[in-house]
Amino acid sequence: MTSKIKRGVSLYSFQEEMFLGKMTPEDCMAFAASIGAHGIEILPEQNMPTFPNITDAQIGQWQDMLARHAAHFTCYDMFLDTKLRKDRLMSDEEQIESILRDLKLCNRLGIRNMRILIFVRPDILEKCVPYAEQYDVHMGVEVHAPWYLDHAWILRTIEVADRLKTKHLGILPDMGIFMKHYPPAFRARFERQGARPEVAQFIVDSHEQKIMCEYTIYEVAVKMGGNKAEVAMAETLRHAPFANPKRIGDFAPYFRHIQAKFYEMTPDCTDPSLAYDEVIPQLVKAGWEGTLSSEYEGNRWIQDVEEVDSREQVRRQHVMFERLIAQAEAEVEPA
Amino acid sequence: MFDKFLIQPASLRNTGPADAPTGFAFEAKLGYYRGLGLSMIEELNVSIDGESLAREAVTFDEGPGPITLDAMETAYDRRWAFGAPATISVAHPGGFPEGEHRLTFQQKLRVSYLPFPSFNTDDKVLSL
Repeated sequence: MTSKIKRGVSLYSFQEEMFLGKMTPEDCMAFAASIGAHGIEILPEQNMPTFPNITDAQIGQWQDMLARHAAHFTCYDMFLDTKLRKDRLMSDEEQIESILRDLKLCNRLGIRNMRILIFVRPDILEKCVPYAEQYDVHMGVEVHAPWYLDHAWILRTIEVADRLKTKHLGILPDMGIFMKHYPPAFRARFERQGARPEVAQFIVDSHEQKIMCEYTIYEVAVKMGGNKAEVAMAETLRHAPFANPKRIGDFAPYFRHIQAKFYEMTPDCTDPSLAYDEVIPQLVKAGWEGTLSSEYEGNRWIQDVEEVDSREQVRRQHVMFERLIAQAEAEVEPA
Repeated sequence: MFDKFLIQPASLRNTGPADAPTGFAFEAKLGYYRGLGLSMIEELNVSIDGESLAREAVTFDEGPGPITLDAMETAYDRRWAFGAPATISVAHPGGFPEGEHRLTFQQKLRVSYLPFPSFNTDDKVLSL
């Protein structure tokens, strides 16, 4: 069966080069287009220096930039500064006002998907649904590790969407929830920071066996007398779940965009950690229509020792996407 | 995040009269993958050779003009943009000490979605 999956990138992927002034957003866009990833996900708070004050002229410049590269926007990553003030949290009204500000800008940019940070309360989002409908923006709560699709916090959002019968509230999976193997880049950095290889191997083995993290953390911290780097490495297991790829099809009606998180790609274009080979067939089988949007997050694990090449990492991920989508199209029987 | 890229080493300079500096300044970036409102930057700690300088001695300027850390707490309309250098000025009679010294710059950020504050630290041996 033919898949309706589209390929794109989040500008988040190029944060290292943009931070260092080596790439502009337009450079990222041109590169994405060059590898056939025409869908662009933006973080206005990263990519628009005058945020939240964006003029129509600036929006026109972004649209011209997209046109020059035959690209289009796919998703707007919002933030919510509930701790804006030191003395108190934002009130509910202030939170709704902030989200409304983003929905309006999202609409002005012509974007119909918004990544909602996972910590935003479902009851706040419920109050934003009328605005999301008015501005025709799908609010997708980011299902980010250590949460997972069936987590009770996520089910609260699903419950609200079902009860309101709205198409403008749902989820937005981050593929970090499918961590089948512990990322070699994580391990290498902890070893550089002083983790002993045998302790690092114990942590990797525990993750491989899917032992519940607290057993491993206690073992490393107390019984093995773990040093700071070893305990920190063990604690990453709290954020390293392997959710069941077979469940993603069941949630497909609730999401239109995917943050294709990854930490590293091998030279032969495979992901040593995240189970894309199990997830993509499920998406194809479900007939899911949306964008796989690269979210490279490996820079922070290697920037202490080497120059980051986000372009090459993203390129390899897209070679993998094309391969896995084609394989799934060949293998999956039409429903 | 971005720890080793925070201090812009070539930007270190003395401030005040050349023959009697009253302090020093350098350019620095925010260790975060997005910009942040100034009210959420809780601390900008500057140390020389491991000795922390007073919070009151530090001022910050992302463009519109210098502001104290205390005033930043309620500067709701100002932001430190992603990847953009800002000026960190430190009142320090005599300026940056002569010869090589370790300059440490630590940021404490209030990131709303994190249960704990975010710290970024850069540490460089510099001389004027």
